[in-house]
Amino acid sequence: MILLLERRTSPSRAMTFLSPVLAIGVTVMIGGVIFSALGLYPLKALYLYFVEPLTSLWSIEEIIVKAAPLVLIGVGLSICYTANVWNIGAEGQLTVGALFGAAIPIYFTGWQSPLVLVLMLALGAVGGALFAAIPALLKTRFNANEILTSLMLVYVAQYLLDWLVRGPWRDPQGYNFPQSVPFEGWQLLPTLGDGRVHIGAMLAIVVALILFVMMGRSLRGFEIRVIGSAPRAGAFAGFAEKRVIWFCFILSGALAGMAGLCEVAGPSGQLQPTISPGYGFTAIIVAFLGRLNPVGVIFAGILLAISYLGGEAVQVEFNISDKSAQVFQGILLFLILACDTLIHYRIRFVSRKVKQA
Amino acid sequence: MSAIEAVILTIITASTPLLLAAIGELVTERAGVLNLGVEGMMIMGAVCGFIAALLSGSATLGVLAGLVAGVAMSMIFAFLTQTLMTSQVATGLALTLMGLGLSGLIGESFTGQPGVKLQALAIPGLSTIPFLGPVLFGHDLLVYLSLALTGGVSYVLFRTRLGLIIVAVGGNHHSAHALGYNVIGVRYACIAFGGACSGLAGAYLSLAYTSQWIENMSAGRGWIALALVVFATWLPKRVLIGAYLFGAVWIMGLYIQGLGIAIPSQLLSSLPYLVTIAALIIISGNRTITKVNTPACIGQPFAPER
Repeated sequence: MILLLERRTSPSRAMTFLSPVLAIGVTVMIGGVIFSALGLYPLKALYLYFVEPLTSLWSIEEIIVKAAPLVLIGVGLSICYTANVWNIGAEGQLTVGALFGAAIPIYFTGWQSPLVLVLMLALGAVGGALFAAIPALLKTRFNANEILTSLMLVYVAQYLLDWLVRGPWRDPQGYNFPQSVPFEGWQLLPTLGDGRVHIGAMLAIVVALILFVMMGRSLRGFEIRVIGSAPRAGAFAGFAEKRVIWFCFILSGALAGMAGLCEVAGPSGQLQPTISPGYGFTAIIVAFLGRLNPVGVIFAGILLAISYLGGEAVQVEFNISDKSAQVFQGILLFLILACDTLIHYRIRFVSRKVKQA
Repeated sequence: MSAIEAVILTIITASTPLLLAAIGELVTERAGVLNLGVEGMMIMGAVCGFIAALLSGSATLGVLAGLVAGVAMSMIFAFLTQTLMTSQVATGLALTLMGLGLSGLIGESFTGQPGVKLQALAIPGLSTIPFLGPVLFGHDLLVYLSLALTGGVSYVLFRTRLGLIIVAVGGNHHSAHALGYNVIGVRYACIAFGGACSGLAGAYLSLAYTSQWIENMSAGRGWIALALVVFATWLPKRVLIGAYLFGAVWIMGLYIQGLGIAIPSQLLSSLPYLVTIAALIIISGNRTITKVNTPACIGQPFAPER
């Protein structure tokens, strides 16, 4: 028996929607096998992972808090990847955005006005966009591979943050802890409900919807899709590849920067040596799971936020590292990519004899 | 041991993992496959090598375990990209993300435990020569292996029939297929070779470079190895030069910190990443150098027409 792929005459519409569902299903099954291999009750562990986070108000709020940055970054990346622009340095852009925005409460500690919040959000976007402009410039001007340059800059950004919170930006009254002054009042994002869900979540939804319309209804969206799938045809149509590269990097960088600002002005309320648990990298998975579609990204972001929470729940209950969430996320990405093959190909198992004949 | 001796020795130790991973990726890319999972294969090699060595007490078994882990990871990538024809960029990223997570999970209970150190091969008579002895003859197996691999890969790629086939598959897979070569088979083999080398590079980190397991200890070396292949314009000789250059930069940062000059340590630590970017700018800006040796089919999936 050998596995044979047969090209479909046209991409399967059903599979476009089914493939992520299939991928999630198989991931859950593999998870069950892993849990039973570890000697745990697979159903109990899977329940803790994927269902329990949905059963209390506290954890639903926590899912929203974690999904907000994933969606915000994920929609930006989904547009990059549609255009075949490989920005994988969102984690760095998130960090620099947070630093730019945090400069306001750190240098103007006592300044209280609604303007502060607006300024912080704007600076967050500017910081992320500027940092993302570096790989864009290197790509368009020097033809340097954007995958490698954007990733290298993640390390640079993290060392910059580390230097600032341990050096010039350390809170003088902070008992020498590596953290900035705590933000207060208008330096923090307004919250909804009992005070953990912040406006970042609404921002993420609004941005995703705007970009959904842009991709489907505007010339810019069309240009991005053409450059991504057929750059030569795009060139004949008068679309400039370089302009698309710039647009994608600036947009996704700005969104990642805003997500970073929302983390420091939201859940953490000050600068610390670590801003995010790898949201910039997880957002890559979010973008693919969401079918590179801004609305799909919303659902994908929520699902991966659940997996973060599930990882913590399993850690508490069974004393397994919460790294298991990262493993799940990695397996999920593999399976999405594998299942996407079904959109363009039909799988057939043929015996060796038939093939030779 | 003189100071110069010590510097040279540390540079060799810092360069070897870069060289190993880069030479493996060079072969993979020469066959037309871009595997961005080097970092993930490397970190899995590091954690599996460390654990195997600790449990068995044998560093050699650790090295073998690292190699096997690297190959196993690369085969996931090969099945997806070659058989299922998924995007190589996305699949490579997935390999790195999963490798970083899985290694953290497997290695968590081993963090901070004293490991087994890969011993230097003492060559009787030669290792004891002053200066030259320790610098040339006082290394462990993997240092010599990395150098031998560089020479071997250079020889095979440019002087043998096998090398011609690999380069042909990477240069024009349709022609190679028409000539009767098994494009997918060659690519599977080259991906496995890349995985083996990345696994060895990881094992070197956790058995020789530090002889302990630290989460995320590859610290972007896999990505730097990928950049090295571009920097070397896909030529093994230049990979060797590049790896030692980057190793020297890595060590330079540590030495300057030791001298107590008032430069933030974080700036020095980010030096290797900044130098990588600078190297990419210099090389990529010059299209005539890069175009000559870039495998023409790199990153493109191959579907034989039936």
